[in-house]
Amino acid sequence: MSALVELVDVSKRYADAPALHPTNLAIERGKTTVLIGPSGCGKSTLLRLVIGLITPDSGTIAFDGSQITSANIGTLRRRIGYVIQEGGLFPHLTARANILLMARYVGRSSEEMRARLLESCELTRFSENLLSRYPIELSGGQRQRVSLMRALMLSPELLLLDEPLGALDPLVRAALQKELKEIFARLRQTTLFVTHDLAEAAYFGDEIVLMNEGRIVQQGTVSDLRERPADPFVSEFINAQRGPASL
Amino acid sequence: MNRIRKVRKEETAESGIQEARNCDFRIQSFLASLLPDFLLIFSCIPVFLVDSASAADVVIGSKKFTESYVLGEIAKRTLNDAGIPAEHRQGMGGTIIVWQALRGRQIDAYPEYTGTIAQEILKTDRKLSLNEIREALAKSDVGATEPLGFNNTYALVMRRSQAKRLGVRTISDLRDHPEFKIGLTHEFLDRQDGWQPLRARYALPQQNVIGIDHALGYAALKNSSIDVKDAYSTDAKIAEYDLVTLEDDLQFFPRYDAVFLYRLSLPAPAITALRKIEGTLDETRMTRLNAEAERTKNYATAANLYFQDGVESTTPVGESFWHKLARWTLRHLELAGFSLLLAVIVGIPLGIIASRGGPAGSAILGFASVVQTIPSLALLALLVPLPFFGISVRTAIAALFLYGLLPIVRNTATGLQDIPRALRESAIALGLSPMARLWQVYLPMASRSILAGIKTSAVINIGTATLAALIGAGGLGEPILSGLNLNDNATILEGAIPAALLALLVQWGFDLLDRVLIPKGLRL
Repeated sequence: MSALVELVDVSKRYADAPALHPTNLAIERGKTTVLIGPSGCGKSTLLRLVIGLITPDSGTIAFDGSQITSANIGTLRRRIGYVIQEGGLFPHLTARANILLMARYVGRSSEEMRARLLESCELTRFSENLLSRYPIELSGGQRQRVSLMRALMLSPELLLLDEPLGALDPLVRAALQKELKEIFARLRQTTLFVTHDLAEAAYFGDEIVLMNEGRIVQQGTVSDLRERPADPFVSEFINAQRGPASL
Repeated sequence: MNRIRKVRKEETAESGIQEARNCDFRIQSFLASLLPDFLLIFSCIPVFLVDSASAADVVIGSKKFTESYVLGEIAKRTLNDAGIPAEHRQGMGGTIIVWQALRGRQIDAYPEYTGTIAQEILKTDRKLSLNEIREALAKSDVGATEPLGFNNTYALVMRRSQAKRLGVRTISDLRDHPEFKIGLTHEFLDRQDGWQPLRARYALPQQNVIGIDHALGYAALKNSSIDVKDAYSTDAKIAEYDLVTLEDDLQFFPRYDAVFLYRLSLPAPAITALRKIEGTLDETRMTRLNAEAERTKNYATAANLYFQDGVESTTPVGESFWHKLARWTLRHLELAGFSLLLAVIVGIPLGIIASRGGPAGSAILGFASVVQTIPSLALLALLVPLPFFGISVRTAIAALFLYGLLPIVRNTATGLQDIPRALRESAIALGLSPMARLWQVYLPMASRSILAGIKTSAVINIGTATLAALIGAGGLGEPILSGLNLNDNATILEGAIPAALLALLVQWGFDLLDRVLIPKGLRL
């Protein structure tokens, strides 16, 4: 089976410096691919290229076999879910309205929406009583659950997560990591996950993509990275992330 | 405009209708070809306002001083008594504004002085005979009646006590008193037969010369803030304030015989009626009418005095205070409301464009800011000569609309720009179309800021709408203006207090509206 997303020679420059050198990457169906690397390494740029928030200077990005263009990006986005660090929930809408915004926009029936809403509440262990609350009335963890429900509402083929757990306290974070992994497995969800935390990457990633200074340095499993580092930066990154405790 | 066409149609039905059609067609094609959409919106609303405002066949205008008001009232009643419905638009401003209104057909007649016609309208230094004046005016389709009977020339006046003490009797005597402070009306300061040539002719040495409103100038003279001011020789205040007129010993001032100017296309019965006033008012009588107007604070009552020998008028003279207040307030709300509505309709889309930055954004914000810096009086004066506007309610609405624009445009732009980038991108990444993003996400999130802008505009408009009275558009500015003119604080307050209350009420109303229109999630 071919890859769901395929980047060929994709590069991006911002005004002063290259953010992404010409890069090739395939995101396999049903797997979780994790982009990891220090800040400014280009991992968020890559993610934003896939959802079309920015357009590449060169190269092509194909989604499910067809090339992404400005003409089809609008409809393609409905097949992609997107969750960011702070959740990106709209403060003027209740949790329910946030989750159903797109479903309403594409004209889903109300029975269908109700059924899907109950299903996702169960999936993300989110209490239905909280659905009529506004984002400001929810905790950080609850907000991320709502954001995830919103992203999954239209059953997207691809789920993009940009440091989704980065702003949470460690206990909530650990609990959510476990739940997320279960959800991805249950849905056999193709996921592209951005993080700077190696443990999180190792926990989620079927495939780990380590980036530095706008380039992919090494791609493989976490043991590939640990045991067969492609260059000194890989070892350096891995050792730094182990922290003092494991020295 | 429609009013005039109506009259003509009755006279020569066929050609009148044809002309009306041609005219409508011209206006339509002009608008369609030249004006952007928002000006079209503009042209619809105020036209209906203007039509509702002038049901009368003949509209009399007057300048902003007592004698002009009284003559206007006399003309209105004379026409009414002849069975011709007439309306009087009081105190429209200075010579140029009223003259433009006559030429622009917003009014049909107004009282004027021969000296002013020669100097200000025909722009000549020669002394013209009435026939020469008539010939020149005919080119503008304007006619003049015979003199009404009095010569209201300009004069310089002083406090009687001071003049006596210092022995000042003539204008030449002023040369011995360079320390005198002189307060002059703005019109007199700028007129070709005004201060500059007068100073040159008499070689006057005074340096301390200020411009001051005519009515306020009397108060300033009384409390010795100034020593000399300009006046009209039939001005009732000369006696009231115990002033003396300085003799024009070098015969500088030309004659100012009062006449009525009227549009030559007026129906003959209306002209005949106006001409009944010729030769009926000598200086003594005019001064008495002026004094009566100042005493009773009511121009209609003063005009009544003129008719006392004749038949009693059938038109009601007095209008109860509450009725007047309701009329002013309604008109005020109409002015402020329509202009605000237009400012919202135009301002929010402009704000949306401005929020995207770039040259278009800066141009919009720049334009709106520049408009805001133009003094409101100057803005009115700039709009009056334009063909579409003139002396009308729509000029007032246009000016208020322009003033209301900036707060709405700026607040809409800032409100949208303040939306965090992450939320903006979330809306895009979800797959909402640009329109859906705007309506469902961006505008609701910016609603607090946008509403605050609209509130600011509303309060500004309520305040600024008082100036609409300057161009005869009515509203609560009407009593304020008459009060200023009569130097009567009570009358000023009749307009100022309701205007202030209205502003508070509007502020309060918008605070309530916030609770309805700002989404609950943004108010927690």
